[in-house]
Amino acid sequence: MTTHDPLENPVRFIDERTSAAPLMRKGLRYLFPDHWSFLLGEVALYAFMVLILTGIYLALFYDPSTAKTVYHGSYVPLDGQQMSAAYKSVLDLSLSDKAGLLMRQTHHWAADVFVVAIVMHLLRVFFTGAFRKPRELTWVVGLVLLIVALLEGYLGYSLVDDLLSGMGLAIGYGVGLSIPVIGGPAMLGVFGAPFPGKEDFFSRMFIMHVLLLPMLLATLIGVHLALIAARHHTQFKESKRTTEKRIVGAPMFPAQAPRSLALMFFTVGILFLLGGLVQINPIWQWGPYEPWLGTNGAQPDWYLGWLIGALRLMPSFDVTIGHFTLIPNPFWGGVVFPGVIFTLLFAFPWLERRVSGDRAGHNLADRPRDAPTRTAFGVALLSFVFLVFAFGAADRLFVLWGLSYNTQLYIFRIAIWVVPPILFFVVRAWCRSLRAADAVEADRHAAEREAAARNAALPG
Amino acid sequence: MKRLLRWLWAAIVLGLAKLFGRGADGEADAAAGRDAPTERIVAAGDPDRHAENVVLVLLALAGACALGFVAVYALFSPASLPNELLGLCLGLCCVLIGAALTVVAKRLVVTEELEDDYPQPQPEQSAEVAQIVHEAGSRFTRKRLLLAAGGMTGGALAVAALTPALSLGPFWDTAPLDRSPWRRGTRLVDQDGAVILAADIEEQTFYTAFPEGADPENIASPLVVIRVDPATLQLPAGRAAWAPYGILAYSKICTHAGCAIALYRKPTFPVLEPHDALVCPCHYSTFDPFTGGTVIYGPAGRPLPQLPLMIDADGYLRAGGNFSGRVGPSWWNVREPPIE
Repeated sequence: MTTHDPLENPVRFIDERTSAAPLMRKGLRYLFPDHWSFLLGEVALYAFMVLILTGIYLALFYDPSTAKTVYHGSYVPLDGQQMSAAYKSVLDLSLSDKAGLLMRQTHHWAADVFVVAIVMHLLRVFFTGAFRKPRELTWVVGLVLLIVALLEGYLGYSLVDDLLSGMGLAIGYGVGLSIPVIGGPAMLGVFGAPFPGKEDFFSRMFIMHVLLLPMLLATLIGVHLALIAARHHTQFKESKRTTEKRIVGAPMFPAQAPRSLALMFFTVGILFLLGGLVQINPIWQWGPYEPWLGTNGAQPDWYLGWLIGALRLMPSFDVTIGHFTLIPNPFWGGVVFPGVIFTLLFAFPWLERRVSGDRAGHNLADRPRDAPTRTAFGVALLSFVFLVFAFGAADRLFVLWGLSYNTQLYIFRIAIWVVPPILFFVVRAWCRSLRAADAVEADRHAAEREAAARNAALPG
Repeated sequence: MKRLLRWLWAAIVLGLAKLFGRGADGEADAAAGRDAPTERIVAAGDPDRHAENVVLVLLALAGACALGFVAVYALFSPASLPNELLGLCLGLCCVLIGAALTVVAKRLVVTEELEDDYPQPQPEQSAEVAQIVHEAGSRFTRKRLLLAAGGMTGGALAVAALTPALSLGPFWDTAPLDRSPWRRGTRLVDQDGAVILAADIEEQTFYTAFPEGADPENIASPLVVIRVDPATLQLPAGRAAWAPYGILAYSKICTHAGCAIALYRKPTFPVLEPHDALVCPCHYSTFDPFTGGTVIYGPAGRPLPQLPLMIDADGYLRAGGNFSGRVGPSWWNVREPPIE
């Protein structure tokens, strides 16, 4: 056997040592069906990449310590303030270290975009039925990814230890405490002591945020991608060639690679432009957190808005027997509400199979109109979550539009139960009529073709 | 005409390729002694020098932006915060590279539309896997017993492996959740640790107080202190002496989710809401300090714990005892004494 110079013929060099050539050959010609909506998941992947890179930079400056120090840094309005070493380190990296603010703001923007992209991707997969057999596992792994991403984001902005992050942690503690039976012990375990917790709590959050959860996210992303590669993408029925058995698309190399790389650079570039030009979470304005401080108009990052909305919508009651509290109020909005939504999403592939009786595998993606009941259910569920989310911003809506908070509270309490069922029936009827119109159109085309064929067959 | 131009282009490029000895396709490879593929795998397409020029310009601009980033980093001082320029340079650099790649994708590589089979399930192989597993266990006579024993040992090991996690917190000892630093006689101090004179507490103002000598960060520590006209008080029975001269103290931590009661609200509509109220800005739980901290709005499920106050001989505010209820967010174990 001739030896090959790794520089002269790298592929040959690698293949002789790994027998990877068949895999590489196949990988280069792996097919990607072409549709813009198939790129949403890729945007999430690239945002994750930016999160890792900017996150490593931030971790080199951050100090996960609640030890009290007195600030004498470059931000004069906070001069002489007592604060935690954690908050001081974030102030310093934002205001004194060159490029620190760019990295922190880009990191924050990337986190917001990461979750936006995941949610949009989830909606695309839901409304096209791409979660059906043989892709239920991909769906389930994706949902776990979303949950971990929410937790990771929450920990990220909690680490800063500014006023807003402290208020967020207090609410998290309150919600955790509300879980029947285990709430108290669980929160003592997590925080190490009653709120605001033991000194160790911040280093525990830190290791979760920078090591355990990112590793979990990376692993889940790897599994998600491997599952996609094993079963290939779904595709829309766009021509006679696209069938349940045959995939039609552009090969990974050369066609898809520069497209994906372009998307990657656009995502990274836009995130850095946002991080540089558009201010996000100006932590020096909030000041340090102490358990006795709070501020009006506090809002979490967008992806937790649905939870604050649910907490605010709940009527005032704890479930009690005599004077023994069984279920404190935050349990409903903070645990039951997201729990029900995620359970529905996790179970949906199997629920739908049970209702429709369709047990077959599907490689062709539906258009939303092709499955009127699914689309209607999805829109109803989405509207429910969206209304709760919107109420989370009711105090801001009051400031913007002068709409009384109290009036909004009662409107939303009714709307969340009335709007989704109405939308269900409206959307289902709409999908059915679109489908009927499609059928009429198809009939007309068939008739025209037939007529043309008959005309052509006429003698003379 | 267009066709002719394209042919011309192709001829020129082919000629150039010949001239420099490296072809766009297999010829040159064959010349270099490699096993040349007889047939193309990637579909052929026409070259596009104009697009190549665009790519070159975009890459040059992107490189300039990257160097610009370095220059901005080097030239500006941290105080002048060149954050916008840094972001602009780095962001534009990436966007320009993305644009260059887009031109490559659209104009310089062929976009083939290929077909392939979707991967199919392999029932025979699945059956063989099951068979292998099944046959591997054929020597066991008490399969279930052994599996149960293995499962139980595994479970025991898992429990053992998780046990050290108990060191994270007190877990089952939930007494810390009920601890309060307030005792009968504890003096009230302000944020700087200075003791508070009852005479200094004015009406229409909102004070935060802490127990003298205790950790202010303990959530049972902070108090809201206000002063109202004693004639307007409707405190529950048994609390008549808790508010000397109309000075009231409540826990500053909301019983809903643990945020600070940071807002003092004047009545928005006095006919229906005659009282000032204490409001938590997180979820707008609102408590009535005149009636013993009862919930008048928002999601909180139980009243704000009240701290009895007394005034000592020197005129300082002291706690008259512990809170009327447990401080902080509710949980399973909270017992609430009735407000008569």
